[in-house]
Amino acid sequence: MFDKDKLSNIESSLIEYEKETEKLLEKRPERKKVFKSGSGEPVKTLYTPLDIEEFDYSDSLGMPGSYPYTRGVQHNMYRGKLWTMRMYAGFATAEESNKRYKYLVEQGSSGLSVAFDLPTQIGYDSDHALAEGEVGKVGVAIDSLKDMETLFDGIPLDKVSTSMTINAPAGVLLAMYIAVAEKQGVAANQLRGTIQNDILKEYIARGTYIFPTEPSMRLITDIFEYCSKDVPKWNTISISGYHIREAGSTAAQEVGFTLADGIAYVEAAIKAGLDIDDFAPRLSFFFNAHNDLLEEVAKFRAARRLWARIMKDRFHAKDQKSMALKFHTQTGGSTLTAQQPDNNIIRVTIQTLAAVLGGTQSLHTNSRDEALALPTEDSVRIALRTQQIVAHESGIVNTVDPFAGSYFIEAETDRIENEAMAYITKIDELGGAAKAIDDGYIQHEIMDAAYKYQKEIESKDRIVVGMNQFQVEEESPKGLLRVDLSVGEKQKERLVELKKNRDNESVQNKLDNLRNACEGDANVMPFILEAVKVYATLGEITQVMRDVFGEYQQSVII
Amino acid sequence: MDLLQELKKHNKRAAAKLITMVENRNPGYQEALKDIHKLSGNAYVVGITGPPGAGKSTLTDKLVKELRKKGKQIAIIAVDPTSPFTGGSILGDRIRMNDLSLDAGVFIRSMGTRGHLGGLSESTKAAIKILDVYGAEYIFVETVGVGQSEVEIVKNADTTVMVLVPGLGDDIQAIKAGIMEIGDVFVINKADREGANRTKAEIEMMLDFSNKEKRPSVQMAVAVDNKGIIEIIDEIEKHKEYLIDTNKFHHNRIESTKEEIVEIIKGYILDKIFNNQHINEELNQLTKDVVERNVDPYTAGDLLLKNIKL
Amino acid sequence: MENPIRVLVAKPGLDGHDRGAKVIARALRDAGMEVIYTGLRQTPEQIVNAAIQEDVDVVAVSILSGAHGTLLPRIAELLKQQDAEDILFVAGGVIPDDDIPELLTSGVKAIFTPGTTTTETVEFIRNNVRK
Repeated sequence: MFDKDKLSNIESSLIEYEKETEKLLEKRPERKKVFKSGSGEPVKTLYTPLDIEEFDYSDSLGMPGSYPYTRGVQHNMYRGKLWTMRMYAGFATAEESNKRYKYLVEQGSSGLSVAFDLPTQIGYDSDHALAEGEVGKVGVAIDSLKDMETLFDGIPLDKVSTSMTINAPAGVLLAMYIAVAEKQGVAANQLRGTIQNDILKEYIARGTYIFPTEPSMRLITDIFEYCSKDVPKWNTISISGYHIREAGSTAAQEVGFTLADGIAYVEAAIKAGLDIDDFAPRLSFFFNAHNDLLEEVAKFRAARRLWARIMKDRFHAKDQKSMALKFHTQTGGSTLTAQQPDNNIIRVTIQTLAAVLGGTQSLHTNSRDEALALPTEDSVRIALRTQQIVAHESGIVNTVDPFAGSYFIEAETDRIENEAMAYITKIDELGGAAKAIDDGYIQHEIMDAAYKYQKEIESKDRIVVGMNQFQVEEESPKGLLRVDLSVGEKQKERLVELKKNRDNESVQNKLDNLRNACEGDANVMPFILEAVKVYATLGEITQVMRDVFGEYQQSVII
Repeated sequence: MDLLQELKKHNKRAAAKLITMVENRNPGYQEALKDIHKLSGNAYVVGITGPPGAGKSTLTDKLVKELRKKGKQIAIIAVDPTSPFTGGSILGDRIRMNDLSLDAGVFIRSMGTRGHLGGLSESTKAAIKILDVYGAEYIFVETVGVGQSEVEIVKNADTTVMVLVPGLGDDIQAIKAGIMEIGDVFVINKADREGANRTKAEIEMMLDFSNKEKRPSVQMAVAVDNKGIIEIIDEIEKHKEYLIDTNKFHHNRIESTKEEIVEIIKGYILDKIFNNQHINEELNQLTKDVVERNVDPYTAGDLLLKNIKL
Repeated sequence: MENPIRVLVAKPGLDGHDRGAKVIARALRDAGMEVIYTGLRQTPEQIVNAAIQEDVDVVAVSILSGAHGTLLPRIAELLKQQDAEDILFVAGGVIPDDDIPELLTSGVKAIFTPGTTTTETVEFIRNNVRK
């Protein structure tokens, strides 16, 4: 792209510049020996065309909405439609969460995002011994279709798009959603939304796994197949880097490990006999947005470009939609401080800018009090308003990918793409993502980065305002949201009631059928749906699967 | 709490405290061990060793579950390396045995190698005796089989299970030297992976050159899926019968007891040298003389020994 | 070398975010302690049983799910039942200030909230462990 003569001119003036700068430094030294990005990468004083010598507009960027999608997946991006402002919410009982969803929709939230409590995420009913103290705590407790009916009461499922953060038992919750829709008279092929359904990152970072790798991958490909026919508008997976980043990874690791997981799912689906272009357009991604604005913007761009290339060159996808990486973003939970929590509003603002400048399709903004507890309604409103202010007042939405062509941004995009690709190559050598997780490679890399980060904070090489500098004496924050323990009792009572009133014989029947399906190689989704409809509980259904598939054994990687 | 009395009564806490006492060389530990020794000798000790990542803990977990079905009382001693730089360690073997952690018939203890001279072997030996008196019928001692000190620990075992995984290639060559000799039963874990048969063939070939009287068997297993576990238990039992039938059981225990006594003597002497300031100074002086070729090391040793009051 | 302090690091409950637990495990190791790491989804019974068998000096748990009000007092209670109150029991995680007094009364010796450095944790353990 750059003319050779011009480059050499730039090079000589750069050398001149560096000499002069060095002289000045003797008098006025810089504040730090090395300036580092949020991920700890050294950043230079100045970037010039010399840093992106290989840059070729068509090859590196292309136009928005076309290969390699570096600048975004839509042609005019936010000039057409803003990103979906999707606030992750859910707590206590289905009734309480239902109220919060209705509130969010009234406030202008354009999509729902369901948080489930931990017992639900791990496939235990609220009356299970391990559920003690956890029911309704980090999300809503769902034991059966009954709870799901309450959760979406009065919310027209043909109008909203719903994202569900559910992984190991994703098929069961999706089946419940389909069943609720059916009762509302909405056909499955009208449903829009996403299930997270990304088990590999559970093994890596988030911990709500149930079954071993192999049956888990089968469940995922069963869902791909089922949805490609019956729920065609549903995003069948949200391949998540978010939690990998939260666990302490760098930006490049976030991209590398997430795309490596993506490759594993694609390979599993192809192995199961699916055609790449039948399922790949429904793959979606989920990334984190941290505070280093420029590095983050570059990260999103690098992820899009790298995925497009992988889909085209490695998997020979033909459909353009298979190559376009769509993603949801959540602002970085681990960047929030418990100290001076209002400061978090500013952090979230920066992260919102990063996500939007990076071209996200949807966004959840964290609330200021999330390092302390679940967010209150007031905090959630400020977080949502942050998105609305960026959307309507900041002006950054007026043009597509405004940072493109910046020497630094393009150099960073190249760097992150290269580093991520190096991780993918390494993981390929180890036999793929599942194997690399099994061997602990990925967890170990993340842990190293996390520990380094912690050390930098403790040595004050890294300043976190309010936490290791600019501290003040603070009173304990008041008015935090609490979920009281009676939620667990309520859910237990409901289960007793449910089991008394349903047709237990057909429950047993449907569970037996499901068991047979799990033991054989039929697609399990129709069997789960049947069981859900007769009010078999989540715990009963996953227990059948636990019996057949066994349970995952965590590895210790420290 | 009278630890010894409580230990005899199967008190978990007493067993745990006694192990700490010997591991830390706390005052009175030798006295305690004198009594414990007389009551011990009933448990059967199984060593589990192999390279890192071979799945030793998972295999131990499954073997123990199988033995628990037969009602056997079990103890597990899991040894992990201590960092030579900080003296700290992360002992993570329990994580693979979480299902066992509430089983009253299983006692699990993690130990760091802690890097003192020959001390680990002594601590392990003592822990075995304590857990023996505590009531364990089988004691599993799990170590990472890469270094000399781990080999020392495994010498405490009646039967040693060497755990390998497919595709080790060069690793086997490295392990072979000396360490392969200690395996009584070989297990190729993760045998559903590529190259399991080749690894088996390689081990069989190596065993062709071994001078062991009883050729060890090579078992295939996928511990995670509970495959091959019963067969390994059978092999352990067969080896046990062989030891008893050929009187080797007794013979081996005589050998290891002799070694134990020799180790105690060595420890005693080393203690006399390193914990005596005068002798220590003399050692330093003599070392200088030896380096400067004024004295030879044999003479230096003799001189030093003369000044040690035993 | 002095005998190392033995610490059990565990995650009670169902919450799977183990970054904090792992960072603290590493930091304790680097401070010369022996860390017995038992990982995710530990019940209070499992934690206390392991603490007894391992004869640890410290039990350190990390919890972010909000279930601290149920699980931490239970661990303290079980330690009491085993006459093992001399084991220093500490916890870290997302725990609101308002909940802390009650947890301390129940037998937790210290609560480390977000922002606590590993150095502070190490110091606290060194200064308060039985010896």
